[in-house]
Parts: sequence; structure tokens; C-alpha cells
Amino acid sequence: MNSGTSAIIAVVVIANALASLWLIWWTNKSNAGKAAKETTHVWDGDLTEYNNPMPRWWLWLFIITIIFGMVYFWLYPGLGSFAGSKGWTSAAEWKAEDDAAAAALEQRFASLKGKSLAELAHDPEAMSTARNLFALNCSTCHGSDARGAKGFPNLTDNDWLWGGSDDAVLQTISQGRDGVMPAWGQVLGTDGVEQVIAYVMTLSGKQAPADAAAAGKPRFEAICSACHGMDGKGNQALGAPNLTDDVWLHGSSVKDLRETIANGRTNHMPAHLERLGETRVRLLAAYVLSLSHPPSGGSEAPHAAAN
Amino acid sequence: MPSAIDSAGIAVTYNDKVVRQFAIMTVVWGIVGMLVGVIIAAQLIWPDLNFGLPFLSYGRLRPLHTNAVIFAFGGCALFASSYYVVQRTCHVRLFSDALAAFTFWGWQLVIVLAAITLPLGITQSKEYAELEWPIDLLIAVVWVAYAVVFFGTLAVRKVKHIYVANWFFAAYVITIAVLHIFNNLSIPVTLTKSYDIYSGVVDAMVQWWYGHNAVGFFLTAAFLGMMYYFVPKQAGRPIYSYRLSIVHFWALISIYMWAGPHHLHYTTLPDWAQSVGMVFSLILLAPSWGGMINGMMTLSGAWDKLRTDPVLKFMIVALSFYGMSTFEGPMMSIKTVNSLSHYTDWTIGHVHSGALGWVAFMTIGSLYALIPKLWGEKQMYSVKLVEVHFWIATVGVVLYIAAMWIAGVMQGLMWRAVNPDGTLTYTFVEALKNTYPFYAVRLLGGVMYLSGMLIMAYNVIKTVAAKQPALVPVAAPAH
Repeated sequence: MNSGTSAIIAVVVIANALASLWLIWWTNKSNAGKAAKETTHVWDGDLTEYNNPMPRWWLWLFIITIIFGMVYFWLYPGLGSFAGSKGWTSAAEWKAEDDAAAAALEQRFASLKGKSLAELAHDPEAMSTARNLFALNCSTCHGSDARGAKGFPNLTDNDWLWGGSDDAVLQTISQGRDGVMPAWGQVLGTDGVEQVIAYVMTLSGKQAPADAAAAGKPRFEAICSACHGMDGKGNQALGAPNLTDDVWLHGSSVKDLRETIANGRTNHMPAHLERLGETRVRLLAAYVLSLSHPPSGGSEAPHAAAN
Repeated sequence: MPSAIDSAGIAVTYNDKVVRQFAIMTVVWGIVGMLVGVIIAAQLIWPDLNFGLPFLSYGRLRPLHTNAVIFAFGGCALFASSYYVVQRTCHVRLFSDALAAFTFWGWQLVIVLAAITLPLGITQSKEYAELEWPIDLLIAVVWVAYAVVFFGTLAVRKVKHIYVANWFFAAYVITIAVLHIFNNLSIPVTLTKSYDIYSGVVDAMVQWWYGHNAVGFFLTAAFLGMMYYFVPKQAGRPIYSYRLSIVHFWALISIYMWAGPHHLHYTTLPDWAQSVGMVFSLILLAPSWGGMINGMMTLSGAWDKLRTDPVLKFMIVALSFYGMSTFEGPMMSIKTVNSLSHYTDWTIGHVHSGALGWVAFMTIGSLYALIPKLWGEKQMYSVKLVEVHFWIATVGVVLYIAAMWIAGVMQGLMWRAVNPDGTLTYTFVEALKNTYPFYAVRLLGGVMYLSGMLIMAYNVIKTVAAKQPALVPVAAPAH
């Protein structure tokens, strides 16, 4: 701010405080200490006023708050561009706190650096941190038990849209993913959509009208197979789901499938590397993999929500 | 009491028609506004209560609730009391009957338009200033007419001294005009859409300069004006201290102007502005309490009347809540306290201790004193029901604010709790889950408060039904 604006702010702030002090002094100077003197004013028949002195404790309260305010303005920014004698800024205070927290975490995470995801999954302390990270960052969409919801993948079933290798999971969490199913309603036409629905249902062994499914097969092979494959087993490089395993991201009812095929779907997994940093992303990847790969071979997976 | 005589030799009466109209609509809009409040309190517990209908969704009903209770209930109460008080204490009829009638019908039109547009999602998205530009223009016109009636009446007064209540009403009428106009400056695009001329942090600062002074001048100064007439009248006692009223009036209206930035602590608002907002909010404590002291000490020679007069009970409790929330406010404006309280339900508790405890109690007490007089009665149809209303409302407001205090502090503590590994101890949904019991208590308090208003409506109907409106001759001044 320029010096003129700064000066105006400082002058008006101080003037308002001084005016309050003057007001106290001016109204208090005459008749100080005299009790219960009535003014001669009368309104509406019976409305009158005493002119009692102001309570002393109240005057002191007022004066003390004004003095506190002026001292505060000496120490801290307030009077325009005058920075205050302590040189305090909220940005510097935040940075100091953030730096301290980052240093503490650096120390705490030092022993975890360079460990493989499998090693991290066997470290109880690391997994306790990972559980907290999951609850805070992932559970909003994937659920506190990691079993997902309609449109949000289940992370416990070892069925992977983008691959279940260490690298694939790290990539998914670090950089995010965008899964896009185009809308095919215009291309397939109303009957075509129904036929493809029927065929897709049979891929997972569900009941569907046989003639419609038979009519849907060539359409599927002509259009859908580009991403989902001729056999419908999907393509993890594209995030195209396996359609033969009876796992349904957007629902398996005819109505859901009609929406998916006719109007398409867009799914977005946000990128987390910049927000969480390398170590915490690796902790999360280890935790997510541990949900479908029990670490001690066969026993139950550690649950996302410990409680 | 001798009365004023006009040039034709006929006794001039006060214009109480407009006062009666506003007084009745105060009760009506109070019930409507508080009912919407109860509905959205219930929606926070049972989200399905919006029935999947966009115009019943929380985000649209919440501004309807705030606008209805502040500007419809509170606004009608202030029109009624300021018109009544300025005539009685200036010893003249209102300056213009036609303009006064215009303010009544104009203000009702504003309220109806708000009740239609807000549920439709037509909004400027500025808190307490959601209404779109055509309605803002109507408000400005009505408000200018109000100012002409009020200051015109003051100008032709028959007494030299302006009564203290009128200082506060005058400050409120002028300041609300300035706040409303500058906060709502925008560029219209269509009839229902406009763009604010401010942007970013400047917009935020203008918004909270408006927002906090709406609290300061609409909900505080103006209701102090109401208090300064109805408390001494009801108690039959002189105002405690003339000089105290001078000091706290000038200090209150000058210092309030600075307090807005305390709504923007720890934001991108520059540090100096945050400091100024905090410091003046603290300095505001004593001037705020000046009004409480003057009201309470005015009652001090008449404590015995509290045993028998439920109207005075409403007023003394109103002053108590006023003192409490004007202590709480400065404390919450301190940056370190604010870092705990901000964005929690503590803020909701604070605003309702002011709104239900101070504003509405003072309004209800004043209406119970005013309504019988307007229809030539000595008292309300049932004083017993006034007593019932007092207790049900008192218990209701205590339940409400205690629940929100506990919920707010709990949320603040849960949100800031951090594990040694740098993760938050609680997820957001855990804090929400723990808030449910307090939401239920809050709903109970709100239902009780609304029930009190329904009792009041019954009592008012029984008091005024089939009665002739009183024609009160203008009293001649004492000197």
C-alpha cells in the first residue's frame, strides 16, 4: 500500500481510539461523583432520565481495552504499513509451524525411506500411519473399509482397473487416473444398446435374452472390443474393466448398464504425489496392496477401519 | 394528559395503523422464519427431509431462514417500534402517512419476493445479502422512504431534546442504507443474475464490513433503541444514566465500523486489517455493555415487578443475553480463540444467543407491551400465557446455545488434533458423527422456541380480535 493510504489508516485508527478517551473524559468531568441527578428532559408523559455517574469498573474496562489496543498496534501490524516492533506476519508464523512439522515428519519417516512396499506392509507402525492416511485422504470416495461404492472401485477384491503391480498402484496414487467410457447411444441406436447390454450380461454369466445377446455379440466385437478386448477381459493399460468377472463399477442392473453404454461414464482419481510426498504415497500403496494381499499368507487382510 | 390540537381544532392522533400492521407481521414472519429454521435444523440430522426437491434443499432454505428472521421478523419489529417510539417521543404524528404506508407494503413485497426467489436458487451468494439486484433496488427505495418518514418526524418534533432511543434508530436507518447500497453494487446481466463489482479479498472484506455492521446496526443499535423506550416504560423508572448513554452511543457506532475483518482471520486478508478488526472488536466490549448497564440499572428500582410481570422478564433476560453475547463476540474475535471457534457450530451458538436471546426476547417483550396499547387494552388477553411463553422460550434458547457451544468446541478440538505421524487424529465424518446428539438437542430447543411463538400468536389473536384499533391523541410536550 502506498504511504498516503497507510498514513490515513494509522491516523483514523488512532483518532477513533483517542476520540473514545476524550468522550469518556468530557462526559465524566462535570458533576463527577454526584449521584442520581435527574435531567430535566421528559418525553411521552413519564419518560425521564437520571444522570448517574458511569460505573467506575466499566470506565476502567473501556480504558484498559483501548490501552491494550494501542500496545497491540505497537507490537503487531495494524497501523497501515507499519509492521509492528515484533516484525510478526501470519505467513512467517505459518511457515515456521509448517517447517517444524515437516522436519519432525522427516525424522519419523527416515527409517521408512527406500523400503519396498512388501517391507512397509510388514511394519506395524508404518501401517498404522498408512491407515490414518487412508482414512483422511482416500476414505471419502473408497469408503473407510476400502470397499468402494458405486463409481468408486473396491480396493480389497484384487480386481484392478489399472493394474495391481507395485508400480501400477504407485502410479495410480501419485499421478491419478482418468477413466473414460465414451457414449455409444448414437452409434448403437436404441435396439443396439439393448443387444449389447444383453451380451455383456452373459459375459459375467448373468441371465439375458439369448436372441438379444446373440445379436449383441457382433456389435460388441466391432465397437467395444477395441478397449475391452474380443474376450471382454478388459485392458489395464487403458483402465478398461474386465467385463467377465461379475465386478461392476457402475452397477449391473439393466438400467445402470443402459446409462453406461448409451451415455458413457467418466471416472477421476486425483493425483496425490504433490500433496502427500513420496513417502506417504508409498505407505498408501503398501496399505492398499495389503488389503488384497494378506501379508502373512492367507490370514485376513488388515481392515481399513481398525475400529 | 393534554393533547395536541390541529388548525381545525380537532385533536391530532398518532399514526398507529402502520405500527399495528408491522406489529402483526412481526409475529407472522417470526413464525415463518423460525419454522424454516426448525426444518433446516432437522435436515442436518435427517438429510432426506429435503425430499430430493431442489427448492427444499438446505443450501436454499438456510438463506431463506436468515433473511426471514433478520429482515422480515426483526425488520418488521423495528419498523413497528421505531414508528411508535418516534411519534411518542417527538409528540407529533408521523411525518407522512402515505410514505409510511409505502414502507409497509414495500417491505412486505420485498419479503414475499425473497420467499420466492431464494428457494428457486436465485441468489447473489453474499451472506445476508443474497437477494438479487431488482429486489435490492426495491429495498433501497423503501429504505429511503423510511428515512424520510423517520427523520421528517424528528425534524418536526415538539420537544427540544431528541430521546435516546431515537439516536439509535437514526444511526441504524442511516448506516443500513450505506451498508446495503455499497455491499450490493453489481452489474446486472439478466433480471435474475448480476455480477458483483468487487472481487477476491476486497469482495470478502466489503461483504463482512456489511455483514458485521448488519449485526451492529440492525440487530444491536436498533434493538437498543427499542430497549431504551420499552424498558423504562414497562418498569416505570427513569433511564439510569444520560451520560452513560452518550458515551456508549458514540463509542458503539464509531467502533462497530471496524470490526468486520474478524470474520476473515487467517485468510488472505492482509495482517494489518485482521489486527484492526480484532483490536476494535475488543474495544467494543465496554461500549456494548454500556447499553446493558443502562437497561439493567433502569430496572434496578423495580426488581419486585419481575415477580409479577412476565413482560419485564423477557426484557431482563434479553439484556442478560445481550451482555453475554457481546462478551463472547470480542473473545471470539481474538485470533487464537478464533482459530478454534471459526467454522464450527460455536459461531452458530453465538449468533443465536444474540438472535434468540437478545433480539427476539426484546422484540417479544416489547410486542407484549405494545400490542394491548394499539388496540386500547390494558394488557394481553392472557398474562399467564405470556409467562408460559417466557419459560418455554428461555429453556429453548438455553438448550440451543449450550448444545452449539459444546458441539463447536468439540469440533474445533477434533479438527485440530494431530497424530505424531502428522496425520489428523479424526476424519471429518467422525467429528460430524459426534455432533449428531447436539444437533438433536438444538432441534429440541428450536422447536420449543417456535412453540412459544405459536402461543404468542394465539394470545395476540385473542387480544386484538373483534377489538377496535385505538385512536390515541398526540400528547402535548411536558415543557
